[in-house]
Amino acid sequence: MSLTILVFVKQVPDTKNITGEAMKADGTVNRAALPAIFNPEDLNALEMALELRERYGGMVAVGTMGPPTATAVLRHALYMGADQAFLLTDRKFAGADTLATSYTLAAGARKFAAEIAPFDLVFCGRQAIDGDTAQVGPQLAEKLALPQLTYVEEIQEVTAGRLRARCLIEGGYEIIECPAPSLLTVVSTANTPRPPGARRLMQFKKARTRSELAAAHRDRAYEEADLLIEEERRLRDKGLWIHEWHAEDLDVEPDRIGMAGSPTKVKAIESVVLAGREYKQFGTDQASINQLVHELIEAHILS
Amino acid sequence: MAENFFLDNPDLRFRIANAGLDEVIRMRERDFSETEEYPDAPDSVEDAKDNYDKVLAMVGEVCAELIAPRARDVDAAGCRLEDGKVFYAEGTRENLKNLQQAQLMGAMLPRRYGGLNFPVTVYTMMNEMVSRADGSLQNLFGLQDIAETINLFGSEDQKRRYLPRFASGEVDGAMALTEPEAGSDLQAVQLKAHYDAATNTWRLNGMKRFITNGCAQVLLVLARSEEGTKDGRGLSMFVCERCPGLLVRRIEDKLGIHGSPTCELQFNDVPAELVGERRRGLTRYVMSLMNGARVAISSQAVGIAEAAYREALDYARAREQFGTTIDKFPAVYEMLVRCKVNIAAARALLYETAKFVDLRDSYAELVAHTDREALPPGVRKKARMYSKIAAELTPLAKAFTTEMANEVAYIGIQIHGGTGFMRDFNAERFYRDVRITNIYEGTTQLQYVAAIGGTVQRVLDPLMDELSLLPYQGRLRRLASRVDVGRDRLREAIHSVTEHHRHDTEYFELVSRRLCEMEIIVFVSYLLLRDALKERPREVLAERYILDMMPVLDTHYAWINSGDFSLVDRHEEILAL
Repeated sequence: MSLTILVFVKQVPDTKNITGEAMKADGTVNRAALPAIFNPEDLNALEMALELRERYGGMVAVGTMGPPTATAVLRHALYMGADQAFLLTDRKFAGADTLATSYTLAAGARKFAAEIAPFDLVFCGRQAIDGDTAQVGPQLAEKLALPQLTYVEEIQEVTAGRLRARCLIEGGYEIIECPAPSLLTVVSTANTPRPPGARRLMQFKKARTRSELAAAHRDRAYEEADLLIEEERRLRDKGLWIHEWHAEDLDVEPDRIGMAGSPTKVKAIESVVLAGREYKQFGTDQASINQLVHELIEAHILS
Repeated sequence: MAENFFLDNPDLRFRIANAGLDEVIRMRERDFSETEEYPDAPDSVEDAKDNYDKVLAMVGEVCAELIAPRARDVDAAGCRLEDGKVFYAEGTRENLKNLQQAQLMGAMLPRRYGGLNFPVTVYTMMNEMVSRADGSLQNLFGLQDIAETINLFGSEDQKRRYLPRFASGEVDGAMALTEPEAGSDLQAVQLKAHYDAATNTWRLNGMKRFITNGCAQVLLVLARSEEGTKDGRGLSMFVCERCPGLLVRRIEDKLGIHGSPTCELQFNDVPAELVGERRRGLTRYVMSLMNGARVAISSQAVGIAEAAYREALDYARAREQFGTTIDKFPAVYEMLVRCKVNIAAARALLYETAKFVDLRDSYAELVAHTDREALPPGVRKKARMYSKIAAELTPLAKAFTTEMANEVAYIGIQIHGGTGFMRDFNAERFYRDVRITNIYEGTTQLQYVAAIGGTVQRVLDPLMDELSLLPYQGRLRRLASRVDVGRDRLREAIHSVTEHHRHDTEYFELVSRRLCEMEIIVFVSYLLLRDALKERPREVLAERYILDMMPVLDTHYAWINSGDFSLVDRHEEILAL
């Protein structure tokens, strides 16, 4: 048996290591001030897919929706061992909430299935560290009409048309059997994502999307169309091609993508600034600690 | 961003940016002829350098994010021997898996065997970062010189059978040299190799002791193949695989590097293959292997020193006493500066050494694989020169880096004060781990024995000439003049010893440490001056090192010039009191 696994990943601002001004004055995230990283739990999803491929054989493809710079996470996935990568990018996709995002990803998954390979499983990270909604995975499953398992920690077995997995639930875990194809969202406790491979890194650092290839040829792209075609063929032959799909390449309705397709309306954003106004220092001797406890009780922090 | 032991280390990044590898890259890459065959092969010098940068940054993240957090547990758990089988600490197993996943186990091997074809310089940097994360892991990751030895001296058939397994991480290695009666003096090796004509194989019988990772799958073994011989010319090199006849009798309980198993081995008729020619095991192959390992151990020392210094600095900046953080006290910042400057100085010497090792290897390879007539003029001469320089720099670097690292780890505890003595902090682990570096692969005392000949013959003089004539100006000029004076004193001291006491071998051996230390001080001073020309802010490093070390050089000079023989004459009297 061999499996084709599709892993959806996201490039996110690094909210764990905040440098500079993380928030703009209006309370939205200042993406320019935060380094862009591979969403952590998407790495766990990719690791799980790569381990399954080692067990059963097959192919792992990664996809993402985002600005052209999101190619960085696709390249990283290739360094880790993914076989194929595709980028869904278009100004029309911008401003998407989880509904429009999952709609667009579903269209990307269908295109992948139609043009490259039908898939057996779809993996997502449980949630992204920028929005923390954990909605995109489940919504994508609905749009693709796939059964879904969330909070997956371990895949115990995959047989023809079925899989058995251990899923995290509050206070414990459950073992679920589920028909395949299906969609799984993976939690951080599932595994330790592998580092990039040095040889793959040196190989796939040269992988390009069509836009990147055109940008490398700048304004001469029009005159050098032949050269670009030739270059594209060369990259495809070497497996160094990252598919790049725009809105017109996908079977999507214009009012269901991007801002237009996003019913989520933000009513207000409150910028909560935690500012300590005063502090008090206590010594480390017993009397000082007693004093500290006493004051905490007085302030009704301890009871 | 994630923690990264490469990106957070400007000194290491300066070293790779100024590694001077262009010629080596062109030679190693055979003018970029492998790009069609191997998708990871670079197409230009720039491409190759970009590869080094990217891979080092990847290794830096693996070290900081995955390996370093496991180091405490690895140290606490150590290795176990049960029913003759060695078990690594859990963290060590995970570390090795990650390094294998990162495709780093054949860093220097050619691509046709699955290697990265990286120069020694880049591999040494990897070793340094691995050691900063976990000193004991270097003893496993840094065993790549074993595969490299098979690559250099094995038959094509042996290379095809062994090297891809090393590169993929499928097998690990060990070099079995030391025996109970043959430590520093390897000529005394007794483990017996006899040729069994019936089965057409060599068989090994005997004992080995203190074998790092002796439980490995593949072992290089130094053994006596010529019955009746007593010296190094009766020894040959063999390769064998783990098998029922090869027993791990015990593993040592050590002061440090707990993650690395140190094994006592018993060979009972173990089948083995000869590597290279008979009788050249020690004189040629082990010497080559050992020199490679000495560079690796130097990087282990620098890595541990880097870790120790950083924790000491963080502690000094956070710890308040007498109403201020302790890094503000002269007594403390003097120690911190000493560590910082000496680590930078050691790194300068280490990577200068690595560069010449790379040049030596590239030229040796060119000479070995080119017809005599087709060889461009001057290549042979260069090959000989690089070989001499590498042979001189390697023991000097090993002596300097490992002694320096011991001092840094010592100071690291001192800066922590009482807490540094406790297991709660890493300072004491660094101190324990680093202690072996100036012992194994030849003690510091033996490094001086290896280096003194080249020091007396002034092997480094052409390099020093070049360095002293760089266009220094202002403060750098004045510092360079001070170093020139130091160099004159070094020459005078050598002259005084060789002219007047040539036949007094005991005295000569006694002063060789001082002469080698003077050689290191002068050469490193020049290197730091050169670096300051490349990057202006490094001037303070050069200044501090030179102003602190020239008086040390002067002391050696005065000691030698005083003609003091009393230690030779009267040491027994003193010890008898």
